[in-house]
Amino acid sequence: MAITELKTKQSNMFSLDRCTAVPSIIGDPSEFLIIAGLSGTAKDIGQLTDESPNAFLLGGAMGAAVTMALGLALSQPDRKVLAVFGDGECLMNSSSLSTVGFVQPNNLSLLCVDNGTYGETGNQLTHTANCADLEIIANGSGIEKTMTVTSEADYGTASNLLHDQTAPTFVLLSVHQGDPPDYRRNFDAVERKTIFRRHLLS
Amino acid sequence: MSKTFSGQDTWAETLYQTLRSMDVTLFTYVPDAGHGATINRAIEDTQVTTVPLATEEEGVSLLAGAHLGGVRGVLLMQSSGVGNCINMLSLTNIGRFPLISIVSMRGDYGEQNPWQFPMGQGTQPCLEAMGTICSRVDNADDVAAATQAAVNMAYRSDQSVALLLSQKLIGAKPF
Repeated sequence: MAITELKTKQSNMFSLDRCTAVPSIIGDPSEFLIIAGLSGTAKDIGQLTDESPNAFLLGGAMGAAVTMALGLALSQPDRKVLAVFGDGECLMNSSSLSTVGFVQPNNLSLLCVDNGTYGETGNQLTHTANCADLEIIANGSGIEKTMTVTSEADYGTASNLLHDQTAPTFVLLSVHQGDPPDYRRNFDAVERKTIFRRHLLS
Repeated sequence: MSKTFSGQDTWAETLYQTLRSMDVTLFTYVPDAGHGATINRAIEDTQVTTVPLATEEEGVSLLAGAHLGGVRGVLLMQSSGVGNCINMLSLTNIGRFPLISIVSMRGDYGEQNPWQFPMGQGTQPCLEAMGTICSRVDNADDVAAATQAAVNMAYRSDQSVALLLSQKLIGAKPF
């Protein structure tokens, strides 16, 4: 497919605004321990939580979000853990989904904010804009409870899925290329780690 | 061919018991013959959690997440897997997350597969370039002390530490 056709397809498929969709689906963020992937999703979660102690935002280490959240879920079985990450990050380390599928943690939910582009590097198209369906990949990786959100009518069902306590879940949120919130996040990972642990463990 | 090397049961049990005595309860791994006995020991232990990984870098981030939640773990991998971890060690480094990597060496003393040499010989320089402190273990008699040192450096001093179990210790796989 020509690049212009891909861009047309991409603009048709990805219509929601992440700045309203992400908060609507997550609901009250204090109900979760949250790991956010680098770039746009770090800003989504930074804006939503004002970087409260229950949120850790990645700023690099692309591909870390899903397994970091899995480790947190295994160490805190009585807490609900949410990973929020982009399609580019998920594609980079999609094997993580099968590790979640193998472990089957009932306290881990995954929210992939899919805009079909690498927003941080100039909106080049990712494979989800063309051929890759991350919900199918998640489902085929052993995560049985999955859905794709393409309209506001799906928000309630998606929110319920993220709050599910019986199995790992995966929500693919299809959004347009619009910018994430203009949020200036804290890049000091040692400070954020210390705050997170002090709040959770002491 | 046996999936474990002769003599492994002794030093692997020492390694395992030392880790368990220091509150390590999460064992992440990519299957490997050199770690066969240790991995099997962890799987049989109902008091610990084992996570098989699809690629080694998953273990680096998984253990950082477990540290946020207050659990101590280790990453068991072959030296070739170290190459898969390099960028993920950015997280460990910049966040000063504790990390214990236990690396069964290939491309090392007595190796018979030439393809193992590039990453085997590159293992320690790559890890050190990313801020991981390496400790090579050649003798079974050193396993307990080296393991104890690694756990203390990681979980008391927030360091990334790798124990490199050499082929003098684990033996060279015959081809």
